[in-house]
Amino acid sequence: MSSTPVLLDNAQTQACPEHRRRTRSEVLKDKILPAMLAGMLGLALLYTAGFADIAPLHNTAHDGRHSASFPCH
Amino acid sequence: MFNLTTFRELLTAALWTGLLAGLLLTAVQQIQVIPTLLQAEVYEEQAAVVANADNSHEQHEWQPENGWERTFFTAVANIALGVGFALLIGAVMCLRGRPGSWRMGLLWGLAGYTTFFVAPSLGLPPEVPGTTAAELTDRQSWWLITVLDTGFGLSLLAFAKTKTYRFFGAVLLAAPHLISAPQPEVHSSAAPAELAQSFITATVFANAVFWLALGGLMGQFYQKKS
Repeated sequence: MSSTPVLLDNAQTQACPEHRRRTRSEVLKDKILPAMLAGMLGLALLYTAGFADIAPLHNTAHDGRHSASFPCH
Repeated sequence: MFNLTTFRELLTAALWTGLLAGLLLTAVQQIQVIPTLLQAEVYEEQAAVVANADNSHEQHEWQPENGWERTFFTAVANIALGVGFALLIGAVMCLRGRPGSWRMGLLWGLAGYTTFFVAPSLGLPPEVPGTTAAELTDRQSWWLITVLDTGFGLSLLAFAKTKTYRFFGAVLLAAPHLISAPQPEVHSSAAPAELAQSFITATVFANAVFWLALGGLMGQFYQKKS
């Protein structure tokens, strides 16, 4: 009796692998961690180009910042 | 460890998207954004000569020469912003499920436009150089709070399962505009009001093109594998 759910689970996996329920660690590895890394990289780039109050960076990105409506000066 | 292939696909899609959307934005800016900005700078410089001081630009620091050099650096900044925004779109797509096509990407682009441009611009409209404004850090804080709040509010409106949460999302969308954006004690501008208005119109259009390109291209480059 106790092995029935496992067998059913295996059968479902083989029949329709894309609809298999993802385990928590799979979701973490396939979705959450790559998304977090991409998000942090994106925020670092946006901060450097859009917000950093360092004169050469500000002067380089000046027109881009005004155009994007970032608070400038 | 985490899934490196997923991350590499996301990164590649974001790099191409940011490059293309940034170049497109640079081209669109030449129509009205940059000409208006350059005109406003003439007024700003005249006002500075009259006042015999220029507080808004650090004159001693390096800055690109007007012409090709300035356009080149603006393109670099636009591409950096493009890749940054594309990475954020990609991160959300990765969490919510990859889009089926570029059309789905356009919706994400529209959400980004609302969150990062429309909402903060309602309180702090795009300004030409030479306009007085409140303290920079206060404006940056209000901008950040508004963006976070709008992003969260929109996602509740779109994805929440109960009416209560959707209502809460709508409240979040309105909240930053009820607490007014930081304003200067006295409003003044070196450039005439028509120029300021023309700049707002120009940026509304340029950013719409930019964000639709960002969303559409991410939808294309980062779509579900069939």
